[in-house]
Amino acid sequence: MLAAEAAQLSSGWFLENVWLIALIPIVSFALIIAFGKHLPMKGSEIGLASMFASLVLATGTAIQWIQRTNSASGGEESLGMLQAFGRSMPRATEGEVQPFIEPVVHTWVWWSNGPLEFGIGSSASGLSVLLLWLVAFISLLVQVFSLDYVRGDRRYTHFFAAITLFSGGMLVMLMAPNMVQLILGWEIMGLCSFLLIGHWWEEEANSRAALKAFFTVRVGDVGLLVGTAIIFFGANAWAVDNLDSNGFDINAIQAWALSGEANSKFLLWGAIALFIACIGKSGQFPLHTWLPDAMAGPTPVSSLLHSSTMVVAGVFLVAQLYPVFWQAFDIGQGSLTFIAVIGAITIIIAALLAFVQDDIKKVLAYSTVSQLGYMMLGLGTGAWLPAVFHIFTHAFFKCCLFLCAGSVSHSGSHHSFDMKKDMGGLRKKMPITFTAWIISTLALTGIFPFAGFWSKDEIIDNVGNNGYTFLMWVGLGGAVLTAAYMTRATYLTFFGEPRGAAAGEHNGDEHSEEHEMEHISVGAHEPRSLGAAANAHGADDHDAHDDHHASDGPHESGPLLLIPIVILAFFALFAGLANPTPLASRFGEGIESMKKYVEPSSTPVAFEDVIATGPGESIMLVDGRVSASPNAEGAAGGEEGAGHSSGCGFDAPEPGTACFFPSVTHAEPSFNKILLSLGVVAAGYAVAIAFNIAFYGRKNKHLVGLTERSKVMRGGFLFLKNKYYLDALYENVIVRAVAHPIAKGTNWFNQNVLDATVNAAGEGARRTGVWVYDNIDQRIVDGAVDGSGWIAEETGHGLQSTQSGKVSQYGALLFGAAAVGAIVLVLVNVS
Amino acid sequence: MEPLTDQNWLLSVGTFLPLVGVLVMMFIPRSEEATHKLIGIVTAGATLAVGIFTLFAFDYSKAGRLQFFVDAEWIPVINAGYTVGMDGISLPLYILSMAVTFLVMIYSWDNMPDAGNPKAFFILMLILQVGMAGTFMAQDLILFFVFFELVLLPMFFMIGVWGGEQRKYASLKFFLYTMFGSAFMLVAFIALYFQTGATSFGFQHLIEAGAGIDHNVQVWIFAGMFLGFAVKVPMFPFHTWLPDAHTQAPTQGSVILAAILLKLGTYGFVRIAIPMLPEGAVEWAPVIGILAVIGIIYGALGCLAQTDMKRLIAFSSVAHMGFVMLGISTLTTFGINAALFGMVAHGLITGMLFFVAGSVKHRYHTLEIKRLSGMLIQAPRLGWILGFAAMASLGLPGLAGFWGEFPAILSAYSPNFGLSEPLFRTLMVIAAIGTVLAAGYLLWLYQRTAFGEPSEEFSDSHGAGVAHSLSSAANDDDHAHGGIYDVTPIEWIAWTPFLVGIVVLGVYPQLLFKVFNPGVSELVARLGETLG
Amino acid sequence: MLAVNFLLLGAALFCIGVYGVIARRNAVMVLMSIELILNAVSLNFVAFALMSGAIDGQVFALYVIAVAAAEVGVGLAMVLMIYRNRKSIALDELSEMKG
Repeated sequence: MLAAEAAQLSSGWFLENVWLIALIPIVSFALIIAFGKHLPMKGSEIGLASMFASLVLATGTAIQWIQRTNSASGGEESLGMLQAFGRSMPRATEGEVQPFIEPVVHTWVWWSNGPLEFGIGSSASGLSVLLLWLVAFISLLVQVFSLDYVRGDRRYTHFFAAITLFSGGMLVMLMAPNMVQLILGWEIMGLCSFLLIGHWWEEEANSRAALKAFFTVRVGDVGLLVGTAIIFFGANAWAVDNLDSNGFDINAIQAWALSGEANSKFLLWGAIALFIACIGKSGQFPLHTWLPDAMAGPTPVSSLLHSSTMVVAGVFLVAQLYPVFWQAFDIGQGSLTFIAVIGAITIIIAALLAFVQDDIKKVLAYSTVSQLGYMMLGLGTGAWLPAVFHIFTHAFFKCCLFLCAGSVSHSGSHHSFDMKKDMGGLRKKMPITFTAWIISTLALTGIFPFAGFWSKDEIIDNVGNNGYTFLMWVGLGGAVLTAAYMTRATYLTFFGEPRGAAAGEHNGDEHSEEHEMEHISVGAHEPRSLGAAANAHGADDHDAHDDHHASDGPHESGPLLLIPIVILAFFALFAGLANPTPLASRFGEGIESMKKYVEPSSTPVAFEDVIATGPGESIMLVDGRVSASPNAEGAAGGEEGAGHSSGCGFDAPEPGTACFFPSVTHAEPSFNKILLSLGVVAAGYAVAIAFNIAFYGRKNKHLVGLTERSKVMRGGFLFLKNKYYLDALYENVIVRAVAHPIAKGTNWFNQNVLDATVNAAGEGARRTGVWVYDNIDQRIVDGAVDGSGWIAEETGHGLQSTQSGKVSQYGALLFGAAAVGAIVLVLVNVS
Repeated sequence: MEPLTDQNWLLSVGTFLPLVGVLVMMFIPRSEEATHKLIGIVTAGATLAVGIFTLFAFDYSKAGRLQFFVDAEWIPVINAGYTVGMDGISLPLYILSMAVTFLVMIYSWDNMPDAGNPKAFFILMLILQVGMAGTFMAQDLILFFVFFELVLLPMFFMIGVWGGEQRKYASLKFFLYTMFGSAFMLVAFIALYFQTGATSFGFQHLIEAGAGIDHNVQVWIFAGMFLGFAVKVPMFPFHTWLPDAHTQAPTQGSVILAAILLKLGTYGFVRIAIPMLPEGAVEWAPVIGILAVIGIIYGALGCLAQTDMKRLIAFSSVAHMGFVMLGISTLTTFGINAALFGMVAHGLITGMLFFVAGSVKHRYHTLEIKRLSGMLIQAPRLGWILGFAAMASLGLPGLAGFWGEFPAILSAYSPNFGLSEPLFRTLMVIAAIGTVLAAGYLLWLYQRTAFGEPSEEFSDSHGAGVAHSLSSAANDDDHAHGGIYDVTPIEWIAWTPFLVGIVVLGVYPQLLFKVFNPGVSELVARLGETLG
Repeated sequence: MLAVNFLLLGAALFCIGVYGVIARRNAVMVLMSIELILNAVSLNFVAFALMSGAIDGQVFALYVIAVAAAEVGVGLAMVLMIYRNRKSIALDELSEMKG
């Protein structure tokens, strides 16, 4: 397609009404709270129905987005939904300039200030449509899983209300056309994570974990508020002048960042502040400590929180505002960026921590942290598409792994998550769960052809291709560690001898008695000896299950648990085919549907084609028309073929045009690199399997007890076991300092200095008053009064004789005096 | 701009209507308590009805202009007029004062403080309402001052008669501290009057003429007003009356104090000090900004050290009013809009928190955080309402508190009129850190009072079966037994408007911004003209 | 010219009044004497008004008449009360006002 040509972009009802996808869950939340308890399924039906409706809408939106993208490149027929998320037919698009497909924006005025009006509404772009669908899909499956999993819980209705709002919050954030709405969704999720992690708040450990999650994320949110402010004032004038929009509008921010007129200080500080928010939300080093504690919540919550919502929010923010980070950190120039470094550190430290966890959910939690590190590493090095793709694939297999862990604890280990104490040898008892777990594990570790392979390998490949050789090796090292810790977890859970609950023991008779008691008074949770506060093993032993007491030993879970697991395992197998870059050289680039439909084009767009769209003033193209600027060919032509240093994000766009996405490079797939990474992972597996069998299976004397014998090993083990002492730093030093000495000091200051000043002023005034009263008032002033009284009294006595009481005498005196007065007056006046 | 004079009886009726109730109540013997309560509520309801009518009669397309304007002679000797009017800046606060009084009275129906005597209590509340509404409608300095001071007396008696153990100390401190500030304020008013040619105390005249005053004189006059308003807000370091007053005041007093009285100070800044003395405002803005941010951090730290729930909430007011003052000190539309929104939001949210604190006190007979635990089990709805209010208070988006906080922080990034950017940006970051501390103390409070198991001290009054019950039906019966019971119908009636208001304003803030924005834009534009 | 006569008449009336107040023992007579004094003053007012041509004096005279009526009312009431209590209105027997 020639750049100057214009084509009508198709739109549709679904694309125009994306806002419904988020509104439905939020309204459902209110309905569940209001009526849930009186409904036959205690409100869960509303939650399920809303997620299903959202999924239907999101699917429609995805289809229409594909049609829209196709309509830009010549109005081809829609190829259906599978196209976007499955395999697409090869289509020859090489060498073409992809026009910029502008998001479909629909806003209402939300608030205003001076002449500016800010909107709330929806903006459907490739990235947001992809994730909207993903979130709706995962949320639905998790809710189906929860139906059985949390059955009988004393706050069943609350659970569904909160989890529905949680998904709603994520959806609000994904479709946000401006930063303020993004903050709204972001914080709703924070609130829901608080509610859900602290779902069993009777125990202090859980409520502390909830508090910690909210508080840690809130620390990061300072960055979000500050960053939004910086970016707003940086972009606002430009956006108002050029695009008739405002500095909150995400598209305007993107265009501003790439306009070449952006103040680099604004960009840099804004980007740093925003990234701090992402560190908090996405559990990056050094604010990752809340994520493992968040395992205190019910397993479905962990699975939702760790796969597609909440923690992905930070990655999404970076991906959505990519031009800002691109420009601020000079990603295009191949500089070592803040984002990439944090990502790389996170990959390694989280993977190492996963080795020393006994709680299966905590292994997965650290695995999530590590995988989020990959996404950040990708974004920090210019590998936008692989990182986004990794969000997509990771959601399926990580969700599946968590649900498997839930299934194991539900049916296999009597609500325990302790791999060493209560699991082992479960593969025969729970074959379906085991199979799904293995598929997801392979996907997670990046084995061909599972989903994780296509995305993670792409990240590593692109990192290397963009010139970050060291970081590429970090990524590969992370892959080895991933393979190793997942092997350990798999071995402990499914292989070897059954232990504890997995062997049919219920932690002694006492425990099972309590379990019976629990049955009698629904919801009276059993006291469970928890270890040191937040380090305690989060255990889903709060829910009473009717089906559970029938059988004594471990068994396979019921269909409501298994169906979501199987569906997710299916996607963990095949989701990678949505963007199989390594196959592109064989089947043509059309096979990369992510690249085609999700990655925004870096083609500049002329200002006059961009209009503000009414009430909320988000921007979109005139009449949905696509036009590349006449002069843009040279600048934009090199998206694929041209070198690493031209086009949007490198040069300022032509005057009168705006870019919305930098022209990122994509690594050429090469067989050798794939072989390298697969080989590395295989090596990791080999070593890990050998070690695990030797250590846990055969109890090799050289290995067992090594941490007791070798000081170095012991030191390292304790360092990991204590999570690098970061928690100790945060809780014992910072929080304690603020909460105790500093707050106490302030209070002391308040009471003893400020208030004392006031009181002293009052007291001083009172004492002065006493002194004045005693000395001045009583002696001098009152003395004078008394004195005058005495004089008057004496005079009165003297004159008493004149007061006879006789009226006539008084009259005589009166007139006599008057006469004297008159005479004096006359004399005075006459003379 | 010319004020509109249509329907100009509305404001006077709305403001003075409570006096009719007072008059009627005077002739009814003290012993007929129910009658007094009824008359009080009906009067407040009628007043609110007039207020709502005002809300409908208000022309929102001209929200920047004074409406229902009256300019009559009052004390011609000193050129003080009975000048009243309402624009978008004062309208929401005016209505808020009416609504809060009405709801507080409903709450008092079966939550009278221990000292009893509803006759006096309701009469005082009605007089208080006159003072509050009058302050917001006054467009003349003397009239403003009279209403401003009128508020003091009923509150003094409410704290002093119906308060807690240290009520006498608290009430006297409240009264004297505020009077201390007012004295300076009055001097400043009079100075302003003479500096502008001693022709009128009307706001319009003073705003037009005030800008012409010599720079140094403006700074000094502003200092006087600053003292008066800052004590009322209260700003650090003039806040020490607040925790005592709040802790000792009866619930009703705390709610009114938090919801409306504190706003008189900030309203004074926006309505009087800043527009009339632009140059003084610019000189003082950094000081206000710094004190505001100190207040944010200081209030939050103070909260963390408190052991009493009500005192904690009182300290949180210091922090929240810090955000309001930070917004005002930037002299931007963003900041002042945020400040006004923050005033309404803080009124609803902190009012709600004090209601909950009052109800907790009523049930547990203590507010010591250590002794409270597991409220969600014994009184789940009360616990959730506390959680809701706490979340709103810490500035969660989607609830009203956010819209006072976020734009205020935002505005500090680029203050107006050549104020020091590095200073205000530092303030912005510190204020943003204040939001973390806010989350800290509120969640900490919530975790310790609502989560966990009920402490043994209070769990006796409850059967084990009921304790874990999710059904609310069981809770109604407990009322009679004097144990820990859940939210009563009267409390629901009084609280629902607060809760709805917090959500509605949070979800659709344009409702308020639309009303504030024209007036604020005009104010800032005028400042821009004067300051060049 | 004529006015001087008025003034002389006024002075005469005043002196008679003063004599009455001081010399008479009967309270009613004292009251009547006070009336004489007041009338003398009124006469003076009118006379001066005539001399100056202004109306003020005459207005004042009207006031005085009104005040005098009130004063007599109160005075007679007091006399009546005194009579009821003591069966006498002889002023020289009254000394309750003795200081």
